[in-house]
Amino acid sequence: MEVTLRGLVSLMHGLLFGGFFLMAVSGVVVELCRSAYAKEAPELTPRGYRLESIYLVVTVALGWAAVLSGAYLVYPWYRAALPAGVVDLAGYPQRLLLSKATTAGWHTLGMEWKEHVAWFSPMAITMVAYVLVKYRGTIGQHPEVKRAVLAFAMVALLAAGIAGFWGATIDEVAPAQGGRMVMLMGSAK
Amino acid sequence: MKGTLANGPAGAAILSAGIGCFAMGVLAVVADGSKAVAKLLTFYTPTGPLSGVSTVAIVIWLAAWLVLARWWGARTVAMRRVNMAAFVLLAIGLLLTFPPFGDLLLGK
Repeated sequence: MEVTLRGLVSLMHGLLFGGFFLMAVSGVVVELCRSAYAKEAPELTPRGYRLESIYLVVTVALGWAAVLSGAYLVYPWYRAALPAGVVDLAGYPQRLLLSKATTAGWHTLGMEWKEHVAWFSPMAITMVAYVLVKYRGTIGQHPEVKRAVLAFAMVALLAAGIAGFWGATIDEVAPAQGGRMVMLMGSAK
Repeated sequence: MKGTLANGPAGAAILSAGIGCFAMGVLAVVADGSKAVAKLLTFYTPTGPLSGVSTVAIVIWLAAWLVLARWWGARTVAMRRVNMAAFVLLAIGLLLTFPPFGDLLLGK
């Protein structure tokens, strides 16, 4: 079972970091929405608060891993300059998309939106995690803070959703492929 | 149960997140509209201007957080106003990252 290095790194960026980040942020949003309608502020045991903090730290780490791996590993492959004389655009996704009017929008709208809006997610969720950990158990006493935290968590989810949608569809139309082959399981036989 | 914490640290974190998102949107449009700025913001050539746009936005966000946290550390702030400012900055930032809107501003 082999895959190209670029394909594997793209998978890690989109599915491992991005996908798990989306799921984790969804959990944060659901929990914040649920607690907004709770009759009493839910209190956790010390171990519960520790686990909640770990969950939030992992969520933040996934968000940063997704944007950093995207910007510094996958994106350079996507926007690689076309060497003189090369006519096969398969290894140059951005050039491939821009080569036809029917596919240019995937870059001019999709990638250009995704590459910037994605950064909102880790910034927003870092703030959310900080506030939730700092005000653990007492955030109910600050309804305005709670409202802002929920709004920013929703924006983190929305931004990650936009980035994930465009990333997945662009990868479908013009995948970042190439590099050496990586054996995931089994042998090369 | 802990005693009531002042809302200053939360206010600082919320407003600075809004500032960071706004900075991201502004820098994205400015780098798109000016080749000189795009070149200046190319901190890492393979990634292009995005490297500088995102790095500068993060620096602005963290600097704003640091400054506001120092100012508001133990204070109670008007959260409604802080939220309003943060939401407006966030909304403008989001709008600016949407390419058709950025292109409209740049007259493309």
